[in-house]
Amino acid sequence: MSAVTTTKTARPGPWRRRARRLRAQWTTIVVLTVIWVLLWGDLSWANLIAGAVLGAVVVTVLPLPSVQTHGRLRPWPFLVLAGRFLVDLFAASFHVAWLALRPGRPPRSGIVGVCLASSSEVFLTITAEMTSLVPGSVVVEAHRSTRMLYLHVLDLAGAGGPDGVRETTLALEARVLRAFASDDELVRLGLATPGDRLVRSTARREGRA
Amino acid sequence: MTQADPGVWTTLADVVAAACLLLGAYFSLSAGVGVLRFGNLLARTHAVAKPQVLGLILLLIGVALRVRSWPTVTMLALVVAFQLLTSPVSAHMVGRAGVRTGKVDPADLEVDELGGDEAEPRRLPEEPTAPR
Repeated sequence: MSAVTTTKTARPGPWRRRARRLRAQWTTIVVLTVIWVLLWGDLSWANLIAGAVLGAVVVTVLPLPSVQTHGRLRPWPFLVLAGRFLVDLFAASFHVAWLALRPGRPPRSGIVGVCLASSSEVFLTITAEMTSLVPGSVVVEAHRSTRMLYLHVLDLAGAGGPDGVRETTLALEARVLRAFASDDELVRLGLATPGDRLVRSTARREGRA
Repeated sequence: MTQADPGVWTTLADVVAAACLLLGAYFSLSAGVGVLRFGNLLARTHAVAKPQVLGLILLLIGVALRVRSWPTVTMLALVVAFQLLTSPVSAHMVGRAGVRTGKVDPADLEVDELGGDEAEPRRLPEEPTAPR
């Protein structure tokens, strides 16, 4: 996630501003360097330096707009999210494969609107991406200003009707938020109470840091 | 360690690789059949978005277990990561373009809650309310 953060201005300015942007986007450069080394499949100084230089050039020439994130990674909810994602990916793939191969007509499908809980761009994106891969749905439209996702559901009856789809998607979003969102947001959305284990454990970690 | 150990692990890796390759081939085949058999644009994007991704992942796991060299494994991991990131976006773009240009027949849909609501409204949302 941190790869797409940072950078305040995309305006070309004096060298000092470019230097500041390079410093602000060092995580992106590190990620790009890692990808470069992985692509060459060989960890050597030449590859490391070439990757870092290319990363700096990419960040300078193709700057990305800033993305607002106020969140942190919670390890255990993240594992829950990832594990559930893998299980669901298998289940959804078997389901769609069966629908494709079985004799007879394909099931009736429909477009269902889901109003998400969080209005954050980042969590909307993560939820939308995971929704397309996991339950029997593909995102058709996403409206950030009204927090609406419009999903096309292949097997509407099998997914429990429009209300079943809404329930599944909101549960997925709740898992995403528990894994990445900030404490304030969790409490505000009613996913955790201030004294909750989820929130307290991160507060303790903050206190230590 | 006895002499037989590496052989056992090699055989085990080969068996798992074979299973992954077969399962991956099954998913990829079903994705292709789905693209042919599903009746409309949006249903076809499902075949591309789900069994195809898992099929590719399983095939690459099979290849990685069979090749057993770190440079290859890391490169295949990159392929999987980018596939997971880009496949939903491409399915979304195809579906959205189809709906916006009227290529989706309402008769194919049991429910259509989007119903002419394609453009994003300009008004700002009210304060978020707690879900459920």
